[in-house]
Amino acid sequence: MNAPAKISRASRVQQIVTPFGIKAWLVEDYAVPLVALEFSFEGGAAQDPQGKAGAASMLAGMLDEGAGHLDSEQFQRALDDHAIRLHFSADRDELTGHLQTLTRNLDKAFELVTLALNAPRFDAEPLERVRGQINAMLKRESKDPDAMAGQAWRRAAWPNHPYARSPRGELGEVDTVGREDLVALHRKLLARDALKIAVVGAIDAATLATKLDALFSGLPAQAERAPLPQTNIAGLGRRVLVDLDVPQANIRYGRPGLTRHDPDFIAATVVNHIWGGGSFTSRLWQEVREKRGLTYSVYSMLSTPKASPGLIGATSTKNERAAESLSVISEEARRMAEEGPTADELEKAKKYLVGSYALRFDTSTKIAGHLLQLQQEGFAPDYLDRRNAEIEAVTIEDARRVARRLLGDGQFLVAVVGRPEGLNAG
Amino acid sequence: MTVVSPQPSLPHEAPAEGEGAHAGPKISAFRLANGMDVVVIPDHRAPVVTHMVWYRNGSADDPRGKSGIAHFLEHLMFKGTHKHKPGEFSHLVAELGGQENAFTSYDFTAYFQRIAREHLGVMMDYEADRMTNLTLSDEVVLPERDVVMEERRMRTEADPSAQLDEALNAALFTHHAYGVPIIGWGHEIETLNRHDALDYYRRFYTPENAILVVAGDVELEEVEKLARETYGKVPARGEAPRRDRPREPEPRAERTVKLADEKVEQPSFERIYLAPSQRTAAPGEAEALEVLSHYLGGGPTSLIYRRLVLERKLAVSAGAYYYASALDDSRFYVYAVPTEDVSLHDLEAAIDDVLDELFRDGISSEDLNRSINRLIADSVYAQDSQMALARWFGAALAIGGGVEDVLGWSRRIEAVTSEDVAKATKWLNRRRAVSGYLLKDEQAA
Repeated sequence: MNAPAKISRASRVQQIVTPFGIKAWLVEDYAVPLVALEFSFEGGAAQDPQGKAGAASMLAGMLDEGAGHLDSEQFQRALDDHAIRLHFSADRDELTGHLQTLTRNLDKAFELVTLALNAPRFDAEPLERVRGQINAMLKRESKDPDAMAGQAWRRAAWPNHPYARSPRGELGEVDTVGREDLVALHRKLLARDALKIAVVGAIDAATLATKLDALFSGLPAQAERAPLPQTNIAGLGRRVLVDLDVPQANIRYGRPGLTRHDPDFIAATVVNHIWGGGSFTSRLWQEVREKRGLTYSVYSMLSTPKASPGLIGATSTKNERAAESLSVISEEARRMAEEGPTADELEKAKKYLVGSYALRFDTSTKIAGHLLQLQQEGFAPDYLDRRNAEIEAVTIEDARRVARRLLGDGQFLVAVVGRPEGLNAG
Repeated sequence: MTVVSPQPSLPHEAPAEGEGAHAGPKISAFRLANGMDVVVIPDHRAPVVTHMVWYRNGSADDPRGKSGIAHFLEHLMFKGTHKHKPGEFSHLVAELGGQENAFTSYDFTAYFQRIAREHLGVMMDYEADRMTNLTLSDEVVLPERDVVMEERRMRTEADPSAQLDEALNAALFTHHAYGVPIIGWGHEIETLNRHDALDYYRRFYTPENAILVVAGDVELEEVEKLARETYGKVPARGEAPRRDRPREPEPRAERTVKLADEKVEQPSFERIYLAPSQRTAAPGEAEALEVLSHYLGGGPTSLIYRRLVLERKLAVSAGAYYYASALDDSRFYVYAVPTEDVSLHDLEAAIDDVLDELFRDGISSEDLNRSINRLIADSVYAQDSQMALARWFGAALAIGGGVEDVLGWSRRIEAVTSEDVAKATKWLNRRRAVSGYLLKDEQAA
């Protein structure tokens, strides 16, 4: 966005309402002859039917595998011949479409994405192919230490909740997903009241409005999502061990965090940056990597899935020193909870977070992605201008109080994959 | 701080010249008096800059027995200078709201920051300082060596497919250092010390060996002035360091490498051919290989995907790619992941059927135009990312090319004929290749 740091970013966002009533955020920019469109429907893999984990992932994979009069091969050929980049993905909470096109192929691009959304064919041949691709990926992950740690942690954190399942699908369950499941999920999720849209690039509001109406007006007005129960990360203080014959222990840790609209969320962002969020500067980085050489990567982040926000992180250390890594992380959690950050750390973190916000606005796709995320989180465009002021307003008292709230008793749910020495399950 | 493989898409996404009224950015290049090259890529969409310094040395320049030193030094470059304490630069970058990193590849090592435009001068000042003033003590070097060992454990020691890749490359390059992993062999990393790092540093970290790339909200005049005041003050060494690269002998024996591990739940096949790079190929040949790799294996409309995945249903995925961007002879990859119950042996035979078809029929003019159009269109997408542009120009200069090599890329791709593509298939000779089987170890399971 062509806005110097002090000038309004929000003012560049046009909030469009089409004749049919579709809403979108648009940033017009003609510097590069491209258009980036990002859109999402609330309700991703968490909406997979019981016993059919992978349905949303398959639905996303099938939308560009044939639609309307074009079979899979013809559809892919049409994309390729016009250099249109289109793909769909499903995470826990959203099914998202990503489109990039050269301006000269704008009409064709919207024609194809309109077909993909409104008239997907779900033909048997590509369905079996996409199933095979998902299964191949899941098989690869089934002995990958990082993916295994994620799975063990997820299952212990959210037993009996849809979040326990992998958003990509579960081996065995993917085989049970049939065409009728995709048709049903398409009908339930792809609806106008679940839709958010962000567009960046060489297109004006009037042209975009016409195209958005063609694209989305045929979808049902209301989604039929299953209710998603709120839950909390379980098993604090528990350690799950998964045996795998590898020289390095892969470690995940996490505890409940704050929701995106919690009044303390911004202060928590600052605290997390100081504790484990800032690469090269965070306390975890300094203590675990720089001083002790225990790992290549150690971090924490605030994660905000709709049903269960968390403070989560990961690292990996050779089996012989895995226990040492974990004890350093625990000690740092205790220290942050008890003492909070120093005034100097707070100032530096605020400077980083304020200054680096501009780096999220340097490509069309990144801008569109960020504008989409703000809409999913329920913000208006003015957030783009408010955000840095809110960070600057965090006081040392706020930071100490929220550090206590965030790190609490310093207990985590921990999952470890490998053969760590001196670590037991518990 | 990371290891990067060469980018197969490097020239695919070079900026196109002119897209109707929207010409690409106005690229400038010049050289400082001490021999350091400078490339400036204006992009005024956001008030930020990408500042990169590239050195024309990578893992393939590691002295024998010291594999991993280029990458280890890259980590140590964050450990302070005579003027600045360990980590001081990183903390400053963070405090100014910037992000930074570095990467090592076979032919180059690069350092970068992305930051608000007003801080460009400070970044240049610090980066110029660590070009010559690095200091290293065992206190920081030894824990960092442990960090690199953990990096290797993370990337390779727990991943059979990464181990097979190492074995494939080691078999393909019998003499040239492209056969040694960028991160180094574990038993050699363990012995590297600060003297090794400083010897290597003094040899290669010189202005004559460096390239500055600045992309973003800047003008040429401003960058010129700042560069003269910072990098321009680093004394010239008189000449650029020499890279001693042995040439790979002409390969004659077809090779197969197999790795079986109980952790392999999904088998896969890949084959790597020794093929000329942009720098070693005859004029037009690397571009013909680009078109060939796109037609053969670039995505779900490619020949190999259609035959193996769509028609014969022997594979869940299949493709090909070519690393044009290398100083010495490089690699052309073909790979496939089998469907259930298809053996890798049968899959390999089916790949050879596709290649035989390609050798027999060549490429039609329709398919040729498709591939060319797609490659050139993709280059327009590159204009959306200043980081991507900076990387492509930096890599081109780091392997001994110039700005004009990147700018002329689409013209050279457009000039490729069906006959050129047919001729380029001669490099896909099994005597020049190593095939790799990644298998489940049933006995261990």
